[in-house]
Amino acid sequence: MFKSKNSKEDFWALKEVSFDVMPGDTVGIIGKNGAGKSTLLKILSKITPPTSGKIIGRGRIASLLEVGTGFHPELSGRENIFMNGSILGMRKSEILKNFDAIVDFAGVEKFIDTPLKHYSSGMQLRLAFAVAAFLENEILIIDEVLAVGDAEFQEKCIGKMGDISQSGRTILFVSHQIGVLNKLCKKAIIFEKGSMLLNTDIKAGTDYYLNNLSKLTDSIWEANPLDISGKEVSFRKISLLGLNGESKQSFGFNEDIFLEFEVNILNFVPNIKLSVTLTDKFQAYVFTSVVNLDEYFREGSEIIKLKMLIPKGIIAPNNYSFRYAIFNKLGKTFDLLENETKIKIIDTGSQMSEFEGIDYGSVIINTQWLKG
Amino acid sequence: MEFEIKPQSKFSLGLKELWDYRELFYFFTWRDVKVKYKQTVLGVLWALFQPILMTVLFTLGFGKLISTNYNLELPYPIFVLSGFLLWNIFSSGLSGAGNSMVNNANIIKKIYFPRLIVPISAILVSLVDFLMAFIVFVPVLFYYGCSFNLSAILLIPLSILLTVMATFGLGTFLAAVNIKYRDFRYILPFFIQALLFATPVIYPIKISDNKLFQTVLQLNPMNAPIEIFRSSISQSTLNYESIFISISVSVVMFIIGIVYFRKTEGYFADLA
Repeated sequence: MFKSKNSKEDFWALKEVSFDVMPGDTVGIIGKNGAGKSTLLKILSKITPPTSGKIIGRGRIASLLEVGTGFHPELSGRENIFMNGSILGMRKSEILKNFDAIVDFAGVEKFIDTPLKHYSSGMQLRLAFAVAAFLENEILIIDEVLAVGDAEFQEKCIGKMGDISQSGRTILFVSHQIGVLNKLCKKAIIFEKGSMLLNTDIKAGTDYYLNNLSKLTDSIWEANPLDISGKEVSFRKISLLGLNGESKQSFGFNEDIFLEFEVNILNFVPNIKLSVTLTDKFQAYVFTSVVNLDEYFREGSEIIKLKMLIPKGIIAPNNYSFRYAIFNKLGKTFDLLENETKIKIIDTGSQMSEFEGIDYGSVIINTQWLKG
Repeated sequence: MEFEIKPQSKFSLGLKELWDYRELFYFFTWRDVKVKYKQTVLGVLWALFQPILMTVLFTLGFGKLISTNYNLELPYPIFVLSGFLLWNIFSSGLSGAGNSMVNNANIIKKIYFPRLIVPISAILVSLVDFLMAFIVFVPVLFYYGCSFNLSAILLIPLSILLTVMATFGLGTFLAAVNIKYRDFRYILPFFIQALLFATPVIYPIKISDNKLFQTVLQLNPMNAPIEIFRSSISQSTLNYESIFISISVSVVMFIIGIVYFRKTEGYFADLA
């Protein structure tokens, strides 16, 4: 029942981190969960002291590690605005000055004197963010607070944050939303396991993060030997490969994509076709390509090998998956694989780069624009 | 305005910072008072309930016994009520402050502000209750034929100040300790209850011949304020020796409390 603690292991949430932030910088802090981002913000917010090292800063810091800190359900919206604003560091005079604007931004004018416990969660969130939006501190530190709320509200928040960075204030922003980071920040600092990996511009930073996110395990599909044994024709192995035959899951927009197939044939069946369908994250079909397997059949062998090339520069940056089928003209399906081998296309430079993060479709087609 | 963040080094009271954040005192206290009496019909009047009830009970129970055997210089109800008025600052202030850090854990983990504001505001809340009770105390005082001495102008604020100092010292200490060792949350109510009987609220110090008991009562930091308060409404003379002892204990507790709090402040967010 009682365990004696013989040794205490030191855990460094952050180690040897050093960087500068200039006035007016908008810095995105990126990293996997557990990388030390929130600890960094806590230290900057003076909530936890650093074990060693020093931070020097100029200006007042406002920390948004959570929206609605200090909100009390028994108090009215009006009272909570004062309470929350004061905790965030606003003077009563500042709160009074911005009071109407805050209520307007949150859209809760009708209920401003009702106790907060009667508000919907959406209303509470809007009110919380509204107070924070009118902070006038020179330095703003924000921790993943935009990951909540409906799409319309998120738009509003992002808009307001854009205004704030335009006004020349310094922002440090922790988020996993790559699209938002790309929109709002100019620089990126990447953390991993407590160390600073990169300190660069936002594009390079988010690219690096995206590239290193996915595991390679989903780029190869292999059949279970027991499944194949009964089928006349079936998929044996499907691999996603890059130009040099290496196993890959992430491809740049301007990279050729190879799919290598191994098809098992127990008994030769004429007129069989293989189809490959690219599906987007909503399971909608992007395109389908069909090939006659007959041409690749070799007398005496049980396996057909073939490769498919998806030309570069067409599939829009996004996450996709594949649907594979083997069938004949009469409609008989010999094998079917749904939602296998996941692929990620990364925006490394395309006509639509500036719209990264927005859903503009699954293909980028070079249309011509002519004068009317 | 340049600032530096570094590992905790030298000790400071942080008075300048407290002044910068002074508005937060108001908001925390205001919030706690509002929340305490929200949705009640009587509202702040509840602050009167306890002292009056206690006075009635003890008067009925012990009034005759104590006043006939000991010269109190005051009608027993006034003797008890005056004791309770100050005692309640101490008891509700102490339990409020002791639990304040844990109760406000979510704010402490997310925002920076001088942590001392939290227990201080809890004590300010009990002062608000005191004000309400005092307003009722005055007519009751006159009803029993007593009045304020001239010295009351000095003595009453002094007694309040001493009470607050004692409450603050023990309160901040408990606030800091409670975060790490949650046992105190449970010990506190018993401790306060027991302490009531070691304080001359219901009976005077001379009630017991036992030297040890008398010493404990004298060491009690609440002894001095209560005696001083009572001397402002009666003809009793102050026992300067026992008052001096009591005040010294109060000062020591004040220093220990604030030092311990400031020293351990940095890790509250991690432990809360």
